[in-house]
Amino acid sequence: MKRIGVFVCWCGSNIAGTVDVEKVAEHFRTYPGVVHAESYQYLCSEPGQKIILNRIKEHGLKGVVIAACSPTMHESTFRNTVQQIGFNPFQLEIANIREQVSWVTEDKDSATSKAITSISQIVEKLKGNEALDPIQVPVTKKALVIGGGIAGIEAALNIAKAGYKVYLVEKEATIGGHMAQLSETFPTLDCSQCILTPKMVEVARHPNVELYTLSKVTKIEGFIGNFKVTVHKEPDYVKRADCTACGDCAEVCPVEVPSEFNQTLKYRKAIYIPSPQAVPTIYHIDPETCLGINPIKCNKCAEACERKAIDFDQQPEDILIEVGAIVVATGYDLYDKELMAEYGYGRYQDVIDGLQFERILSASGPTEGKVLRPSDGTVPKRVVFVQCCGSRDPEHHKAYCSKICCMYTAKHALLYKHKVHDGKATVFYMDIRANGKRYEEFVQNAIEHEHISYLRGRVSKIYQENDHLVVMGADTLSGKRVEIEADLVVLAMAMVPGKGTMELAKLLKVGYDENGFLNEAHPKLRPVESLTGGVFIAGAVQAPKDIPETVAQASGAASKVLEMFGQDYLWKEPTIVDVDGSLCSMCGNCVLVCPYGARSLNKEKHIVEVNAVLCESCGACAAACPTGAAQQRNLTDKQIVDMIEVALEIK
Amino acid sequence: MPENTKKELNIKPEEILEIIKDISGQDVYVCYQCGKCTAGCPMSENMDIMPNQIIRLLQIGAFDELLKHNTIWLCASCLTCTSRCPKGVDLARIMEAVRLLLLRQNVAYLNASDIPEEDREELPIQALVGAMRKYSP
Repeated sequence: MKRIGVFVCWCGSNIAGTVDVEKVAEHFRTYPGVVHAESYQYLCSEPGQKIILNRIKEHGLKGVVIAACSPTMHESTFRNTVQQIGFNPFQLEIANIREQVSWVTEDKDSATSKAITSISQIVEKLKGNEALDPIQVPVTKKALVIGGGIAGIEAALNIAKAGYKVYLVEKEATIGGHMAQLSETFPTLDCSQCILTPKMVEVARHPNVELYTLSKVTKIEGFIGNFKVTVHKEPDYVKRADCTACGDCAEVCPVEVPSEFNQTLKYRKAIYIPSPQAVPTIYHIDPETCLGINPIKCNKCAEACERKAIDFDQQPEDILIEVGAIVVATGYDLYDKELMAEYGYGRYQDVIDGLQFERILSASGPTEGKVLRPSDGTVPKRVVFVQCCGSRDPEHHKAYCSKICCMYTAKHALLYKHKVHDGKATVFYMDIRANGKRYEEFVQNAIEHEHISYLRGRVSKIYQENDHLVVMGADTLSGKRVEIEADLVVLAMAMVPGKGTMELAKLLKVGYDENGFLNEAHPKLRPVESLTGGVFIAGAVQAPKDIPETVAQASGAASKVLEMFGQDYLWKEPTIVDVDGSLCSMCGNCVLVCPYGARSLNKEKHIVEVNAVLCESCGACAAACPTGAAQQRNLTDKQIVDMIEVALEIK
Repeated sequence: MPENTKKELNIKPEEILEIIKDISGQDVYVCYQCGKCTAGCPMSENMDIMPNQIIRLLQIGAFDELLKHNTIWLCASCLTCTSRCPKGVDLARIMEAVRLLLLRQNVAYLNASDIPEEDREELPIQALVGAMRKYSP
């Protein structure tokens, strides 16, 4: 019989506080097949790992059970450790007695007996384990970055500069994302365009970067190191090489629609460039609003274009690319102010959101940087800023804090005061969360030197009265209800994941939380990885965050990609599902249930073939197989039965 | 408001929140003091402390302090606070629970005989019935 060692971790008091670890170890000292059992405070620590290595040598162990936290936490830690002394890592198994026992059981006796059962099951499983070798997978050293905001730009540049090819895919006509819309950035007040535009140009010109705008990822096949991605590119209807962005076309275009880049505060034509700093710097036609694409009713732009750059015959393309790693950086949108009943459902023209105010403040915006309110174009002398709109409201909207609103509201109020010296700025806030470098100082400066009135309370209602708005709020610090007349109200709306994030998450098989933000692999230790191998995340698609944090995360994601590209091969878990040809009846059930396309029927050879690289070890085929021909390595039907029997004490 | 509000209560301080929870189903600790209830309260002009402060006094166990103010008796149960509370606290129910807790001490905060005769004749009957239900045991 295999010589097995059982190691019970205290995990400080996480396990030992609820489970009698010494009693558990004692139990296994006389368990059939177990030749050594002991408990230790922190097995994952350096001395803890040494104990395991020493015992393997001393007792000639052929199998090791670590009873500790979840295998997602430390299975790889311990497997890497034992591998150092030539011990086959697949002869080491984890019994999860923390998440599944100590954390969820109050009574010490039941926790202890449950821990014994759990470990017994793993010991029985381990008895059937074979020594396995990891599967070698080649790496395609090219990366796909989805989303061309500051996160995507930074990640793409980092990877490209390290010498690898990057495909940067952006759904809009220009890269730059929301950062390109901002006026000035906190806490230093540098002009957003000035710091971003050079990066936009740099990434687009970099020889290692291939940029696809007006494009979406529509299909992803394959696996870590070897993805096959389909990018759907909508046509510009303008020949890129010929367009000089002179704008003659837009002048004659008869169609006017609200400009997305200017947050509907200005009109654009059906042939347009989102902003003068757009990259690529070309005009393109919006086929939804253009009169001329189909059927041909209008040809004005083509007539006006001296360089004959307009091409109505361009067709959408599907481009197939092969990459080894994917960085998702699809960013955020603002929560819709139309959903705020008590703030007017978005029907008051002078109740705007934070991004609209950014456009008003921006020198390249609809008012060329002059603070003018949308309804009548006058200078608002009284502006009220409302924080936490849609955020921190679990009852009606979003439970989370959107993190950046305290800072950008302080910035808005400050910039407003810089532009309208005799204006009165009032901010309604609940708490001021200014926890970044020089953030608190920035807010205090706004309050002290610009005399921005900060009132601590939420706003209950906003309504229109003649030519102004009335804001009903409270100042809980003085215990007073307040009503403030305002010419303009700016709502700091919650940040939500960008539109289409969920569909993309499904394509990538990446998890997302209840708010639609993508899940990181570990909240502390693996913040830029997803749980799907080879897919990394950066920026506000993971959670609300500001520019410095986004850039840091993007660089982190890029370094993870480079870590992968630094190797010629990746190693994959070998616990795939094999087929026993003598039992297989060629029914095809396993082929149908396989979500990864890893199995196929070979009728000539009369066998089911398994692509070991595609198999993700989910076990769906093994469960569906009626004859028992499909058996997962180290989790065979016999092993599962043994585990059940020992749990039910019938063995 | 009624003078006898200041009468000593027959309830142990540590039981007050339990009783309020039993009556209203509401946990005052859910409130994070944003003040939105106060901001929208149509009766706040006449209240001597604000609705969010009532919850605050309950949170810090200052029930006696709460009784010094007219706020709970002025609450009109219009539910504006309840419908807008970001934490889903039913403030109107809490106000009602505090009133009930006091009325169950068998003290009347309004006697029909205290209402001047001429007012009694002019008041709509629903208002009288409503007032008696709200202010007397």
